[in-house]
Amino acid sequence: METVITTDKLTKRFGAFIAANELSFEVGKGEIFGFLGANGAGKTTAMRMLCGLLAPSSGKARIAGFDIYRETEKIKRNIGYMSQKFSLYDDLTVSENIRFYGGIYGMSVPAIKEKTKVLLEELQLVGEARTLVRELPLGWKQKLAFSVSLVHDPGIVFLDEPTGGVDPVTRRQFWDLIYAAADRGVTIFVTTHYMDEAEYCNRVSIMVDGVIAALDSPAGLKRQYGNQSMEDVFYELARKAKRGD
Amino acid sequence: MITLDKITKTYNKGQITAVKEVSLEVAPGELFGLIGPDGAGKTSIFRILTTLLLADKGTAMVNGCDVVKDYAKIRSSVGYMPGRFSLYQDLTIEENLHFFATVFGTSIRENYDLIKDIYQQIEPFKDRRAGKLSGGMKQKLALCCALIHKPAVLFLDEPTTGVDVVSRKEFWDMLARLKAEGITIMVSTPYMDEANRCDRIALIQKGAILSIDTPAGIIGQFPVALYAVHATHTHRLLAEVRGYAGTDSCFAFGDALHVTLKDAGDAAALADYLRERGLTDVRVEKIVPGIEDCFIRLLKD
Amino acid sequence: MRQLYTFIRKEFLHVFRDRKTLLMLFGLPIAQIVLFGFALSNEIKDSRIALVDYSKDAVTTKLIGKIEASHYFDIRHTLAGGDQLNAAFKRGDIKMAVIFPQGFGDDLIHTGKATLQVIADASDPNQATTITNYLQSIVTDYNAELAQDAQQPMQILPELQMLYNPELRGAPNFVPGVMALVLMLVCTMMTSVAIVREKELGTMEILLVSPFKPVYIVIAKLAPNLLISIVNLFIILVLSDIFLDLPVRGSVVLLVFCSILFILTSLSIGLLLSINAKTQQAAMMGSLMGMMLPTMLLTGFLFPIENMPVFLQVLSNLVPSRWYFIIVKRVMLKGLGFGAVWKETAILAGMCLFLFVISLRNFKIRLQ
Repeated sequence: METVITTDKLTKRFGAFIAANELSFEVGKGEIFGFLGANGAGKTTAMRMLCGLLAPSSGKARIAGFDIYRETEKIKRNIGYMSQKFSLYDDLTVSENIRFYGGIYGMSVPAIKEKTKVLLEELQLVGEARTLVRELPLGWKQKLAFSVSLVHDPGIVFLDEPTGGVDPVTRRQFWDLIYAAADRGVTIFVTTHYMDEAEYCNRVSIMVDGVIAALDSPAGLKRQYGNQSMEDVFYELARKAKRGD
Repeated sequence: MITLDKITKTYNKGQITAVKEVSLEVAPGELFGLIGPDGAGKTSIFRILTTLLLADKGTAMVNGCDVVKDYAKIRSSVGYMPGRFSLYQDLTIEENLHFFATVFGTSIRENYDLIKDIYQQIEPFKDRRAGKLSGGMKQKLALCCALIHKPAVLFLDEPTTGVDVVSRKEFWDMLARLKAEGITIMVSTPYMDEANRCDRIALIQKGAILSIDTPAGIIGQFPVALYAVHATHTHRLLAEVRGYAGTDSCFAFGDALHVTLKDAGDAAALADYLRERGLTDVRVEKIVPGIEDCFIRLLKD
Repeated sequence: MRQLYTFIRKEFLHVFRDRKTLLMLFGLPIAQIVLFGFALSNEIKDSRIALVDYSKDAVTTKLIGKIEASHYFDIRHTLAGGDQLNAAFKRGDIKMAVIFPQGFGDDLIHTGKATLQVIADASDPNQATTITNYLQSIVTDYNAELAQDAQQPMQILPELQMLYNPELRGAPNFVPGVMALVLMLVCTMMTSVAIVREKELGTMEILLVSPFKPVYIVIAKLAPNLLISIVNLFIILVLSDIFLDLPVRGSVVLLVFCSILFILTSLSIGLLLSINAKTQQAAMMGSLMGMMLPTMLLTGFLFPIENMPVFLQVLSNLVPSRWYFIIVKRVMLKGLGFGAVWKETAILAGMCLFLFVISLRNFKIRLQ
């Protein structure tokens, strides 16, 4: 399997505090990789490094084939990002948002137009092209944000708690979109607090106190921890944590 | 202890209806959960009950007082923890607690017993500024501040959102102990699994109540049989089950699919079909629905 | 390149969709141009002056005629000398007095020289200089005329006396104005931001849902600012005395009392501004835009109010700092007592009470 993310002892120190400690793992193309951890475990720090937003203190990594130290701009151009806290501009319309993000990634105007059409149809938002994003229900916003993060056809997309606070049906629709993207070969790197979503991933890593305490498929982890649910596995690992955030 | 009677609340001059004719009752000493996603109207309901907002229509009472006419009395007798709330960042834990105790006309010492269990967990950090606390600790501090005056009713708006799994569990343990002290507690949460820790719950979506009952009661109202379907390749399973003619509804739930069938009792036929389609390790078992299953079902109707 | 363009386009969209910012971006420059271009000017016209003629001869009559004919002055004839002039200056009724001593014309013809006594109110030194210069130019012209006709050289020499500020220092005009501006800005901004900060943090909700009476929240927010402002006031007064040689000539108690009134007024304005502001940023902008401009322009220390178009003069009556400025100048510079400022004090007190009551009543005890 082609690997799109490789890290080798990736570390980030803030003074004496080691936020992320010698992370080493690989993610394959088209994989849905769940990145779990309690608050303060170092998840956000790790994700920021992988997105090229934070320079590591030591260790190596390649994202989408690009070096994490020297080629961060190329990394950013080849990945997508979406989080619960930030998605789209509330005071712009749906199509203006798509146009903006398309433009930022250097897409041509006809390409953006085409993409907009496809996107709106896929999400059943055709009639809402001119609606301001703040007037969309939350669930639609999140789905739209996800699609927009893919507007430039990146190979990898990073999702930071994308389904927080969303109703159960929309959550699953969101994961349908994730599956569809993974089927197309997009690698999904997702963090979440919902343990059932951990099960939808091909493999899951759980960070505790800055290190990866466990990494395996959900089935593998459950076997390893005595056939409990993912929630119990997580709980068992997290409660040993010495750090809050 | 708490009653809402056809409460309606709109924003933006009637353009957005946040709460639609909601009616419910909470008995004294009950631990009541308001379960629903963001935007369901939970915060609006809380704000109406704590007299911070006026409803467009309907009436509400807390502890025998009307939320409109007797708001001052209500304000003196309830504890309130707003959503995503962050106390005074540049005051220490102890200073925050002391401030709120004084604001409520009491002192830390007076009701220390009530908050002791919770406070002792954060006491080692009592000189740390609130801004530098973890999510779990902030939550505990906020709970202490809400309890410090021994309120008759406690309103907690999404106290566990954004907090890690371990702290969440501890928090609900604390709530159970508080309930034992006789305090009526009304909690809102988007996490369906927390519903089971309440005496009674109201499922709410888009401003309307879907159902009110004890968790067991709601589960009991699930109209049809529910099956959990397993196979080795869950992702393919999803497509196959959806493609099956006899499937009524199908939703992913972790490593299984929760399925309802058009023709009840047709489980064996489904299993056979899936094996024919080449899936391995197929298991179709009848299960007791969870709150999330019920919520999804109610959304459908 | 296209990426840059896309981003710029988005920024434009944000700006045009935010009506409040648009108002500020376009409305403000237009307002400023209109104000500065048409309404406010440093020119001084129709200054109120007194002419006292003890001589009443041909020369004085002619000169007075010339002075009257010029459009610079608005002449009050009714004053008859000495005490009346003094009182008029103190009250601020006149900015300059021109006194023709007895035997003016005779002196001129027989000795070739006559002195003209000119007294100017120099509490605004720029104004004083300008007006006396106007007068000077009229006299110089007349001197030239006389030189043409007469056989001997004849000259009228104005003898200038600058009242209250003989060295024509800027400080006496400047300091009271700055006092008003600083107290006003600090009080409104600090108060409005402090209240809105609670709203933004979410702690306001908890304070409201408590037995703590809302009026106490208000008092608690105003109290530190009141104290700090009083300390500020003393610092300014002490600094003025030591470094600017500008002591308080009148009663310090009176000055402090009126200052406290003004501080309370400003605090109430801050309270009022906090009611509708949702973010601290909006509160700060509201204080700056809402109060700084009127205070700077309409208090009377940068631009004389008497020279403004009528509607601006009326508007300036609504600005509390305008009244405070008058009180400070009279008490601090001219050393006057309560009798001279009771009117302004009453107006200030009235404003204070009104604003405080209104803002208290409108203080939101609910979230919407």
